[in-house]
Amino acid sequence: MTKGQAISLQKNDGGSLTAVRMGLGWQAAPRRGLFGSRTREIDLDASAVLFADKQPVDVVFFRHLVSDDGSVRHTGDNLVGGVGAGGDDEAILVDLARVPVHIDQIVFTVNSFTGQTFQEVQNAFCRLVDETNGQELARYTLAGGGQYTAQIMAKVHRAGSGWQMTAIGAPANGRTFQDLMPAILPVL
Amino acid sequence: MTAELVRGQNHPLPEARLEIRVSAGTPIVAGATLGDEHGKVHGVEWVAHPGAPTLPGLEVSKQAAADHRLAVDLDALAPSVHRVTVLLALPTTTGGPARFGAVAAPFLAVTGLDGTEVATYTITGLQTETAVVALELYRRQGAWKVRAVGQGYAGGLAELLTDQDLPEARQLAAGIHEAVAHGLARSVAAPPPRVPDAERPRQTPAPALGPDQTHGTGTAPQGAPPHLVGQHAGTAPHDPSADTQPTAPMAGGPVNYTHPGRQTTAPPPPPPTAPPAEPGRPAQPVAGDATGWSMDERLYNQVWGMFEDLARTTAAYRSAVDFAESRMEQELDRVLSDPRSRISGQGDAAREAARAKHAQLVDQARAALDRDLAQLRAEADVVEPALPTAYARWDNPVWHGYQVPMEVPMALRLGDLHLPESDGLRIPMLVRLPLERGLWIDASRSGSGDSFADPGELRRLALDTAVALAARLLAVYPPGEFSVHVLDPAGAGATALAPLTQPGVLAGPPAVGAAGVADVLGRLTQRVDLVQMAVRGGAADALPPGFDTAEQLLIVNDFPHGFDDRAVTQLRYLADEGPAVGVHLMMVADRQDAVAYGPLLDPLWRSLLRLTPTPDDHLADPWVGHAWTYEPSLVPPGSRVLQQVLTQVADARRSWNR
Repeated sequence: MTKGQAISLQKNDGGSLTAVRMGLGWQAAPRRGLFGSRTREIDLDASAVLFADKQPVDVVFFRHLVSDDGSVRHTGDNLVGGVGAGGDDEAILVDLARVPVHIDQIVFTVNSFTGQTFQEVQNAFCRLVDETNGQELARYTLAGGGQYTAQIMAKVHRAGSGWQMTAIGAPANGRTFQDLMPAILPVL
Repeated sequence: MTAELVRGQNHPLPEARLEIRVSAGTPIVAGATLGDEHGKVHGVEWVAHPGAPTLPGLEVSKQAAADHRLAVDLDALAPSVHRVTVLLALPTTTGGPARFGAVAAPFLAVTGLDGTEVATYTITGLQTETAVVALELYRRQGAWKVRAVGQGYAGGLAELLTDQDLPEARQLAAGIHEAVAHGLARSVAAPPPRVPDAERPRQTPAPALGPDQTHGTGTAPQGAPPHLVGQHAGTAPHDPSADTQPTAPMAGGPVNYTHPGRQTTAPPPPPPTAPPAEPGRPAQPVAGDATGWSMDERLYNQVWGMFEDLARTTAAYRSAVDFAESRMEQELDRVLSDPRSRISGQGDAAREAARAKHAQLVDQARAALDRDLAQLRAEADVVEPALPTAYARWDNPVWHGYQVPMEVPMALRLGDLHLPESDGLRIPMLVRLPLERGLWIDASRSGSGDSFADPGELRRLALDTAVALAARLLAVYPPGEFSVHVLDPAGAGATALAPLTQPGVLAGPPAVGAAGVADVLGRLTQRVDLVQMAVRGGAADALPPGFDTAEQLLIVNDFPHGFDDRAVTQLRYLADEGPAVGVHLMMVADRQDAVAYGPLLDPLWRSLLRLTPTPDDHLADPWVGHAWTYEPSLVPPGSRVLQQVLTQVADARRSWNR
């Protein structure tokens, strides 16, 4: 999907989406030269910020793996990437039915904690998956993504009785989600 | 280029803003002291530690953790500061490692803000030390350098801080440990793992025990002020990995070759499955549909799952209501400050709209909560009757079919937990056996939420609670594996203790008078010494023949009546060292009675799990830290179940002794 495109998370058969997963996978960029095996470790972090009326009320990231209400869960910090072998190295699971009623938007972000830009990261992607059937709803390729250390990926927001997803894909710079707050607010 | 430092080596620091990453593989305390050009630390306000985590230019974590990220901004330090000393210490809580020699070598990395490592240092060769000066950042001719120190202290933090010429070293060390214990101790217990993810070698974060896991939006509960510590004793902090992998080899201990994933040879019977749900409706709950190797384990995990779900769904409800209220207040303020609202009815309309929005959101939140509560209540309705005796309330029919068990159950029900919102829904409070810490039945008036006017009545209720718990412990252990001793120096509890004394399930009659107290304490102290020596010497079979290997429970009524200084010292020793070797305390006491001992007894009260004879909200869950109301599990009035069960226990004990 392209930037700014919105897709409804209503299923084709009319049932609403109940669980989505944001997945993040990458491999470290190998060194050129003699010591090719000495790759630089790259630590990308996935975060989800929960907003109520444009105010952040909770966040799920490597220091706070489960939102207080339990609806958003992070599978745990991965410091080096590559273990998923094409799969997700970090994932955030959202149980949409259990999200507290005042939360109306959830923004997903990716940060490079170790400071490398996305240009140096290999095979990096982030994606949103319908957790109930494994179907991929959206996918971004981060690798070669320019001189940025962060990306505001997408948001899911309430629409009517269900949820909608909007792809954002806005590049930004910052080490953790806190640094991204000024960049997130305009996309709410 | 990363410099790998060895002890004593130094390295220049290129940047002022640094991060010091510490990983130790086990929860440890990290702190830092600031020194002037002579290295002198001028006072407690020059020390960053979990109780005071932030100083200008320096921040440490508020919590003991296996991994730390200390933030340092050298430019922001006061100009008089010429030295930053980074120190590590083992928490003094029970259950953790007692010396650095028993844990993996701590690893430190000084990194720039972009994560590039400047220098790393692995502290090797530590043995009996419990505190260590890891690194020193120091100013030399205007430039900052880092030096690897690695100086350990067997005397712990107090000795380390004394060595830095801090006059208040001892109090400060105690304060730091208190802050750490507080962060850890307020939680009920570490939750069992819900979804073990064995396939991927993921980096797991430090156990999420304390309230200080969230940084950022500030919705997480913050640690309560330290003076609340005594009021909020929770169960012992322990590493959840000890639960998940009981066979994991301990560092320094003998290597265990059993496969952690293969605990039994036969596969467990399949769990009961729920009938398929009708479309659009949640599945019917089934007792024991959680994971586990036995029905007991499944029910235990299911109860913990219900506990977590109730904690979280209530957190969702509370945060939605809080948000609705703060939004309404903001909108009402805006109406007030808008001059246009003073003329015409615009203001009223806006106020009305704000209130309607509030009511709508609160209604929605309530509906979501009610939906979840109904589901949990349906689950509780099938789970409660399915519980085995050790998990069941006294009014559960399973107690009428009681039979003396052949093996120790996994956990024990201490009582019920509920929240104001949970509306009749009670979660069984299950703790793992053997007990990890002693119990304190608080007989003081502060221990009861309502106004029981009569202190004598409260004391009796507290003793009833203790008797019900002791009876439960006796009943769920196989004969000969659990002994109960009672100290009742003035004989004041004779009536309440009758259910235990009459059938003869105690190890001996309740000890009376100072001599009786001294005798029982002396024997138990000797027992702890013996077992400790045998375990340390690796000669568990060298215990004297006829040695009673049962776990021991000591019920202390009327404390500190009949106790001299020596007896108090022995009691503290039992509280500290007992649980590891199977000697447990159950104090039935009002803390005020022992106030003459001053802060000497604070560690004793803190090491015990505080329970109350009447409902009281003093226990925190490990996920969001709600204040849960504890209610003891008492025998229904008029019921003979306790006598019947204890008669059977007494018969079994007699035939076992024969």
